[in-house]
Formats: sequence, structure tokens, C-alpha cells
Amino acid sequence: MHVMYFTEQPMSAYPADIGLEVGHTALMFSNKYFDPVAGSRLYNEYLEHYIYAEEQGVEGFMLNEHHNAPFCMQAKCNIFASILAAVTKKAKIVLLGNPLPLAENPVRLAEELAMIDMISKGRLVSGFVRGGGQEQLANGVNPAYNRERFEEAHDLVVAAWSREGPFRWEGTHYQHRVVNPWAVPLQKPYPRVWIPGVLSQETIIWAAKQRYPYIALNTSIEATKKIWELYDKVALETGYEAGPENRGYLQQVHVSDSEEKAEKNARQFLWMQGEFTGLAHPVWANPSGYFSPSLRRNFVEFAVGRAENPRGRPTFEQQVADGRVFFGTPKTVIPKLRRVLEETRPSIYGIWGNDGTVSNEDARTCIRLLGQEVMPAMREIGKELGLRDPFETNAPVHLKYSTDLKPMPQAAE
Amino acid sequence: MAVAWNEQRIELGEVKLRLWRGGPKDQGARPVLVLHHDIGTPDRLPFYDALAEKFDVILPNHPGFGEPEKPQWLRHPRDIAALYQWLLADLGVERAGLVGLGFGGWVAAEMAALAPRDFHRLVLVGAMGVKPPEGNIFDQAIVSYIDYARTSFHDQAAFARIYGDVSTDQLVAWDLCREMSFRIAWKPYMYSQTLPHLLGGVRAPALIVWGDDDKIVPYSAGQLYARALREARLEMVRDAGHCVDMEQPEALARLVIPFIEQN
Repeated sequence: MHVMYFTEQPMSAYPADIGLEVGHTALMFSNKYFDPVAGSRLYNEYLEHYIYAEEQGVEGFMLNEHHNAPFCMQAKCNIFASILAAVTKKAKIVLLGNPLPLAENPVRLAEELAMIDMISKGRLVSGFVRGGGQEQLANGVNPAYNRERFEEAHDLVVAAWSREGPFRWEGTHYQHRVVNPWAVPLQKPYPRVWIPGVLSQETIIWAAKQRYPYIALNTSIEATKKIWELYDKVALETGYEAGPENRGYLQQVHVSDSEEKAEKNARQFLWMQGEFTGLAHPVWANPSGYFSPSLRRNFVEFAVGRAENPRGRPTFEQQVADGRVFFGTPKTVIPKLRRVLEETRPSIYGIWGNDGTVSNEDARTCIRLLGQEVMPAMREIGKELGLRDPFETNAPVHLKYSTDLKPMPQAAE
Repeated sequence: MAVAWNEQRIELGEVKLRLWRGGPKDQGARPVLVLHHDIGTPDRLPFYDALAEKFDVILPNHPGFGEPEKPQWLRHPRDIAALYQWLLADLGVERAGLVGLGFGGWVAAEMAALAPRDFHRLVLVGAMGVKPPEGNIFDQAIVSYIDYARTSFHDQAAFARIYGDVSTDQLVAWDLCREMSFRIAWKPYMYSQTLPHLLGGVRAPALIVWGDDDKIVPYSAGQLYARALREARLEMVRDAGHCVDMEQPEALARLVIPFIEQN
């Protein structure tokens, strides 16, 4: 079982009262409220957290990126990945991930990732995402071609990593006269690719067809089970049997040395006014052409304020009751995690430990308890339940490297 | 006078184009191609009826606008312009008048630039397609469908007259229109960097009309069109936003009909 530490790296020093007054805290929330002095302090604190986490026994760092919003300070996950590649020694650097459609030049992205893989001596897991709707707007990228760009950029990155250069690329969104990067990954055939997601079935199906592990981001247990049903079905149709090595999960879990303090800090998971990515206009999060056409009818009602957010806005208490937020001491949290492991059987687990305005001291306590007590216990439970991760099973990096494919079931004659 | 309209479906390669055609009973009326806004169009509008009393009006629905089926290959408004030349050829229409409304004005200007001798008259109303020398074309990506449509009107009573209590079907149609606008005009948003340099060849006399309260396309774009075209007249309609055709149909018809009737 591979367990990782995650935080959104919040820009917690932003003026929340002004955000409330303005009515949005994403995309158009003015960066005049960004304080670079606080930013400098926080970036360095967060870096120290990862170094400390490794010292405390954490085996993986999950990093991500977002733009134009206080809820996440990482504007480019490759920057922190590069630093951590040099200053840490053992932990996996798991990017979940680079938003592929934002890349105007995927070859350059392939070069950056190859450098990180070499500098880290082969510790990179290179996840890819579509990026939220707001990320497209913040970067001037056409949301209507999001999925096309995602798939083509993926194919080009993988080709740049694994095909002998020079070669030419004439795609729909990318054209390159000469692809021949003089930086290729240390890991062969190429670094593992994991695909995180929340809602869209298309992404689950795509990941299953590639045989890339899918990482369910903070979904409820019931929703997670439905995701695995779909993934497993597509896997069988594709010719392999999916197992724990294909399943990842990210969960909000804050641990502390007392229940009271843990609850107080866990409430910070709702610090962006209860929204995952802050307050924003629905059409920023879901620009036309970005979301699945099957959701169009429901979405348009929400976009003009006639319907509730289809994701809902559950209260803290509701999220705790649904098992989406855990808090407590290691002693009380570990049994809750066991239940998730038993019910949904993932082998990759991201622990979203700290968010919002949790103090530096409390964040470090959480990291220490995760590294010393919670994560080792989870690894033991994982062994007991047979939740072997892709490293342990030496799972193929991509479907095309499989040696166990079965012929697809044929329709009855 | 009653106007007879009929709906037609015409295949142009992979594109299944839906169009309305309406006009006077007598043969020989001047053909006029009317090109609608980026928010699509109601099938009927008083402005269309006013034109159809005098002219043989051809009103295509831009491919993919408000329709779930969209041509995947279509990537630029100039593609629509070329497609409509194909349409006119298949219909056997010569020397048509062009009336372009907002986004449709961009397509009309592209058509005239691609075939400078082909058209009888060019009418551009609040046309997109050129970078306004002052101000920017309003970005619909950051507001809701209803707010964008509302911003296109000077008087909200006029919006209510056309769209009433906006239905879910209308919202879906607007989302589809917006997706198509993004697909073909995302960057640069709603203008071409080359079109201004091609307008000088257009032989058709042009009428440029702007609402005095157009919050979508700055008036400076109208001035640019008027400067770049050889023979152009610039007119302002009072108490009108971007959708002059929906808000002040009679005033617009009084400008457009005599202009197209000239020989």
C-alpha cells in the first residue's frame, strides 16, 4: 500500500472577509489581495513540511496545482517537485497532476518531468489532469477542446519519453517539426502515470483503457464504489482484471494529539466558504464545452441560479457523517481508515492532512502523527487485506506493456 | 402583408444545415442572406418578417449553434463563410444582399472579403470580427447565459419581449451556442487579425449600423469597418443595445430595406 501526504498548500493569509464581500474567491478575485511576504513565508513552511514528513516516515508526497485562487498556492507543481527531487531522498514525488490541456508545448513538459525523474533518481509518478474549468480560463486555453488536448498532449508526452528521436508530430492541437528532447526519464518504459478525478465518467473510462490507476478525489464511499464498478467493467472489456493496484483514493484526514484540537483543525477543510475551490461563478468552473454533454441540461439550470450545485454543499457534520472527513487522534482515526480500506480496497492512498489556517505547529504535529503512527498502521492493514500497490505488484506502466491480457469476451454466436 | 416561411434542410458535405426561407409570393425578389447572432436566433422575429415582405430571405442556422450535432472540423468563422458560399451556389442564388447581425456580421464580412465582387449590398449590425481600436468585445465566458443575453439589450423589457421567462430548452441552446463560439472564436476572442486587411477589396456598398448602447461590441469597431470598406455609411440606432434587430426592428428595417432596394 502506497500512502502519501497531501495539502492544497493554501494561501491562508488572504483576506477572507473581503472574499466574502466580493462574492467570489477564485479566477476573478483580485491578486491585489495576494501578499507576497506571507506567500514567501508559506512556500518555505510548506517545503519544510515535506522534508519533515520524509523524516517522520512519510513515503510519498502528492502535489497538485491551481491558478488564480487562494485555496492553492501551487501554480506549477513541477516547481515543488523539482525542489523536492533535490532535497529529499526516498519519498515518491507524485504529481496529481500536471493539467495537460494547459500545455502549449507538451514536449517541454516531457523534458521538465524527465529532469525531475532523473534528479529524484526515479522517484517521479507523473499524474495528469484535465484541469478545472477555471484553470482553462486563467490560462486562456479553449475549454471546448479540453479533452482533445488532454489526450493528444498525453500521447505526445509519452512519445517524447519513450520513442527514439528525432521524430515529427503532426497532430490536431500540436505540431512539432523535431521532437528529440535531450532529457528522457530514468524510469523505463516511463514514469508511472496516475489519473485523479472527481466526477466525469469519461476520465474513468479513459484511465481504465490505458490501465492507469485512477485516484478518486475525496468521493464518498458509495460514489467510490460506483467508480470502481465502472473501472472494473472497462478493464474486463479491455482484457485485464483490475485490482487494488488500479485504485487510489484521496481523503481529508486531520490528526492531532487531542480530539478537540483535531476537530477544530479539521473544520479548516471547509475554509473556502465550504467549497472545494472557493466561491466562483458556475460558468467559470464549467465553461461551455468543458463538461460532459450528458450533464448539460442539469448544469444550465445551476449556472443561472435556478438549481442547487449538483455536487451539493454538505455541512462539516454531514461530511463527517458521510466519511469524507476524518479527524481525531491516531487511535480513533485508524479504525475509520480501516473501514474505507476494507470497503473500497485501494492500494494508493493520499492523506489530505492540512488545509486553511491550521497553524504551522499543528500542521507539523499532524504530519508527525501521520508519518509515525497512522501511515505505518495503514500499510499493515494493507498487507493484511492484500492491497498491493503498483510498485509492489510491478504493474505494467501502461496497457501496452501488459503481458497478461486476455482476449476480449466475444458476443454469443 | 403575410409572409410565407418554410423550413429547409440542406446537406453541405458533412454539414446538415437547417434554414428558414421566406419572402413575397411573386418571383424575382432580391435574395438576402441574414446571418444571426452568437446566441442563436428565434425562428421568427419582426425584423425578419419586415425583410421578407420585400426580399427572398434566407436565414440559415449557423452549424452547431443551438444544436447538439456540430461539425467537429469547423474551427473558424471563415469556415462558415466558405460554407455559406457553398450554400448560395447550391441554391443558385446570385448577387445576394448580406445582412450580418453581431457575430453573423463577422461571417458576412468574411464572405464579402472572400468574394469581393459577388454581393449586391453588405449590411453589418454591431458586427464582431475586427479588434475594436478602443475597448474590447465583451467576454461571455465569465457571465451566465442569461446575463450575456441581457447585456445585449439596452432595455430589459425588450429582452423580456423576446425571451420571456427563459426556458430550460433556451438555456441548453445558449450553452450549445457558447460552446460553438468557443470552438471557433476563442482566441483571439471574436475577431480576426487578418480581416481588416481584406475588407478594402469589397465592391458591395456597405451599411454599418450600431446600437447607441451596444455593450458587447464597442462602436469603434463600427468605425473601423466604415474606414476599411470602400463605400460605407455608418448609422446609429437610438435606444438599442447589441441586438438592434430584436430591440428596434422597425428602425433597423427603415435603414436596411431602402439600402438593399437600391440598384
